[in-house]
Amino acid sequence: MAYATAHHEEHHDEHDEGIKVMGFWLFLVTDCILFGALFATYAVLVNHTAGGLTGKEFFEVPGFVSETFILLTSSFTSGLAVLSMHKGKIKPLIGWLIVTLLLGMCFVGLEIHEFQTMVHEGATISISAFFTAFYTLVSTHGLHVSVGIIWMISITIQLKRYGITSVTKRKVTIISLYWHFLDAVWIFLYTVVYLMGVM
Amino acid sequence: MLDKLKDFLSHFFVTGEPMIYGADVAILLTLAGIIFVLTYLKKWKWLWREWLTTVDHKKIGIMYMLSSLLMLFRGGVDALLMRMQLAFPQWHFLDSNHYNEIFTTHGTIMILFMAMPLMFAFFNIVVPLQIGARDVAYPFLNAVSFWLFFFGAMLFNLSFVIGGSPDAGWLSYPPLSGMQFSPGPGQDFYIWGIQISGIGSLASGINFIMTILKMRAPGMKLMHMPLFTWSVLASCIIIIFAFPVLTVTLALLFIDRFFDGHLFTMTGGGNPMMYINLIWMWGHPEVYIVVLPAFGIFSEIVATFSQKKIFGYKSMVFSMMIISVLSYFTWVHHFFTMGAGANVNVFFAITTMAIGIPTGVKVFNWLFTMFRGRIQMTQPMLWTIAFIPCFVVGGATGVMLSAAPADYQYHNSYFLVAHFHQVLIGGVVFGFFAGLYYWWPKMFGFKLDDRLGKWAFWTWNIGFYVCFMPQYALGFMGMTRRIYTYDFDMGWGPLNVISTVGAFFMGIGFIFQAWQILHGIKYGERDVTGDPWNGRTLEWSIPSPPPHYNFAVIPTVTGQDAWWTIKKERKKKKAKETATFSPIHMPKNSGIPFIMSVFWFIAGFGLTFHWVWMAIFGLTGVGACLLARSFQYNSDYYIPVDEIRHTEDSVGRVG
Repeated sequence: MAYATAHHEEHHDEHDEGIKVMGFWLFLVTDCILFGALFATYAVLVNHTAGGLTGKEFFEVPGFVSETFILLTSSFTSGLAVLSMHKGKIKPLIGWLIVTLLLGMCFVGLEIHEFQTMVHEGATISISAFFTAFYTLVSTHGLHVSVGIIWMISITIQLKRYGITSVTKRKVTIISLYWHFLDAVWIFLYTVVYLMGVM
Repeated sequence: MLDKLKDFLSHFFVTGEPMIYGADVAILLTLAGIIFVLTYLKKWKWLWREWLTTVDHKKIGIMYMLSSLLMLFRGGVDALLMRMQLAFPQWHFLDSNHYNEIFTTHGTIMILFMAMPLMFAFFNIVVPLQIGARDVAYPFLNAVSFWLFFFGAMLFNLSFVIGGSPDAGWLSYPPLSGMQFSPGPGQDFYIWGIQISGIGSLASGINFIMTILKMRAPGMKLMHMPLFTWSVLASCIIIIFAFPVLTVTLALLFIDRFFDGHLFTMTGGGNPMMYINLIWMWGHPEVYIVVLPAFGIFSEIVATFSQKKIFGYKSMVFSMMIISVLSYFTWVHHFFTMGAGANVNVFFAITTMAIGIPTGVKVFNWLFTMFRGRIQMTQPMLWTIAFIPCFVVGGATGVMLSAAPADYQYHNSYFLVAHFHQVLIGGVVFGFFAGLYYWWPKMFGFKLDDRLGKWAFWTWNIGFYVCFMPQYALGFMGMTRRIYTYDFDMGWGPLNVISTVGAFFMGIGFIFQAWQILHGIKYGERDVTGDPWNGRTLEWSIPSPPPHYNFAVIPTVTGQDAWWTIKKERKKKKAKETATFSPIHMPKNSGIPFIMSVFWFIAGFGLTFHWVWMAIFGLTGVGACLLARSFQYNSDYYIPVDEIRHTEDSVGRVG
C-alpha cells in the first residue's frame, strides 16, 4: 500500500469511473432493443382484441396526461440534481434527488391506480392479446421506474454518507442517464399506446 | 394427508423411468463424492477463496471451460440416446415423450450451455492477454456473468430429475410450449434456465466490448488487434443486439403461461408467428455469435503454424464486421414456408446467400496464409485443416437451403439436420477444440499428448462424416426431423444404422480427449518458456500459466503481431531489458456474484413451479445482493512491487 501514491490512485479511479459510465451507455442500448421488441409485439397485436374490449374504452386522458407531466418533471429535477453536483453543492443535490424520487413514486402510484381501475372494469391481462401486450409493455416500463426508485434511494443514502466523490459522482451520473432514458421510453409509450389508442 | 404428500412427491420427482432412477443415484453419488473429497482434503476454504469468489478472468475462463465440457458430455449422451432410438425401424428403446425431451434438451444444452460458455471461456482466458490488459473492464460483473450462466444451466439440467424435462423443441414454439399443450414445469425450467444464463451472456457482451475498446495496451490501435480479439468484438456486437430480444421472447412466453395471457395462444387473438419471428431474430444471429470467435481462433492458429503473417488482415476484419451486420437480416430463412409472400422470402434468401461471401473471403485468406508457409502439423492445426472442407460443404448445403423455393423441399427434413450439424460441429466445435489445444499450455502450463490427440482427431472426423453424410440422403428420401420412429417399408433403416455408428465414433473421440486431459495432468510436457508454439501475439509473452496480474509491465505495441515484433527486436539488440515495476491495481475477490446467482436460482425454481413465495424470496435476495455491492466502497487493492518481483522471479523472469 505504501507505493500507492495519492496521485496514482486518483488517476486510476477517474479512468475506472469513465469506463463504467460508457458501459452503462451500452447497457442502455440493450435496454432500447428490449423495449423495441416489446413495442413491436404491441404493434403487431394492437388490433387483436378478439372481438372484445379495446383500449379506447379504458384509457383516461387526464390519467395518462398527468402521468406524463409528472415523469417529465422528474426528469427535469434529476437534471437539476446533476447540475448541483457539478457545482459541488451536496444539499441541493440530495434535495433534487428526493424531489425526483417523490415524483417517481407518484408516477408509479398513478400507474398502479390506472391498472387497478382497468382490471376492476373487466380489462384483465388475460382477456385478449391486445391487453396482454398492453400490460406487458406498460408494466415493463413501470418496473424499470420502480427499480430506479430503489436504486436512487440507495444512492441518496450513499451521498449522505460519503459526500461528492468520484465514485458517487459516477453513480449519480448513471442513475440520471437511466432516469432520462425511461423518460424517453415513456414518450414513445405515451404516443404509441395512449395517444394512438384514444384517437 | 399422506396420500397427498405421496402424490406431490411422485410429480415432483420424476418417477417410473429406470434411466431417471439411474440419474438420481448418479447425482447423489457424485454429490456425496464431491462433499467427501472436499471435506477429507479440507478444501472447502480453498474452494471458496480461490474459485467461488474469484474475479480473476483466467480462473473464470477455466470454470466456464470445465462446465461447458461437462455439458458437452450430457448433450453428447442425449445425442447417442437419440441415435440409438433411430438406428432401427420400429425400435422401442425410448418412448415418444422421452424422445421429445431428449431432442429438446440436446439442442438447448449444446447451443446455450456448451457452445456459448466455451466461447466465453476463450473470451475470458485470451482477450485480456492478447490486448495486453490486466483484467476485463468489469471484473465483478464478469464473475456475475459466469455464476448466472452456471446456475441457469443447473436449473435447466435439474428438470431431468425434478418435475420433468421440456419437450417442445430447442426453441419451444408456441402454442406447443403454451400452458395448454405443455402444462408441466418442464417448459418453465426451459424459460428460467435460459433467461438467467442469458442475462449473464448479455452482461458479458457489454463487458468485452468495453474491455476491447478501453483496456488495450498503449500503442495498440484497432487495426493492430489480433484477429481473435476482432472476432470477439464482432461477436459481442451481435450479442448486445440479439440477446435483449431473447430476454423479451422468453418473458412473453412466461407471461402467457403464468398470467394466462394471449400473446401466442391460438385463442384470444394471439399470434404464434410473432414468437417465431422474435425467437429467430435472436436465434439466427446466435449462430454467428458462436461461429465468429471460432473464425478468430482459426486465424490465430493458421498464422502461428504457417509461421507467416495472416493473409489479408484488413479483409478479415472487414468480413467479420459485415457478417455481424448481415446476421441480423437472415432470420426469416427459418420459416420460408410460413407464407410470408414471395418478396419477403426473396429479400431474406438474398441476404442469407450474401453472408456466404464474406465467409468465403475468410476461407481463401486462411488458404493463402498457408500457401508457401512453413506449416507445422500440430494438433490445433490439424483441427483447423479439417474444419475447412467440412465448413465448405456445410456452407454449400446452407446456400441450397437458402434458396426459398427449394426450401419447401428441405424444410424440417433430415437434410437440414445434417446441414446445421455440419456447420456447427465443423465450424464451432472443431474451432473450439483447436482453440483448446492451442491455448491449453497457456492456461495450465503443459501440452496435451500428441498421440492420443491424433486418435481423438481421427475418430471424431471419421465419425462425423459417417454420421452426417447419410443424413443428407435421408432428408432427400423424405425423413423428417423430430420423428421418434419409422416403418420398415420407408427404406431408411440402413442409412440410419450407419449414421448411428458414426455418432458412436464421435463419442469415442470425446473419450480420447478426456483421457488426453487426464494423461496430460500427469505426464504432459511442461511449458517453461510461456511461448511453446513460437507465437505472434501478446499472450505468449508472459509465463504459462500467467500470474494473476498477467503483465508485470504493460507492453507497448507498435503494430500487428506485437509479440513477434518484440521477439525480433530482442534478437537484434541481444540486450536483456530490465523492467521497473510499479504497484498494480487489482480488484478484490467477492462472494456476492455467487450468492446473488444462488438467489436467482431460487427465484427461477420458484417461478418454475409457480410458487410465488419462493420467487419473491429469491428476487428479494437478488436485490439485497445488488444493494450490498452498491454499498461496498473498498473493493480493490494494490499489489506491492516486492510481491511482483518475487512472483516474477519464481517463474524465471528477472525484472
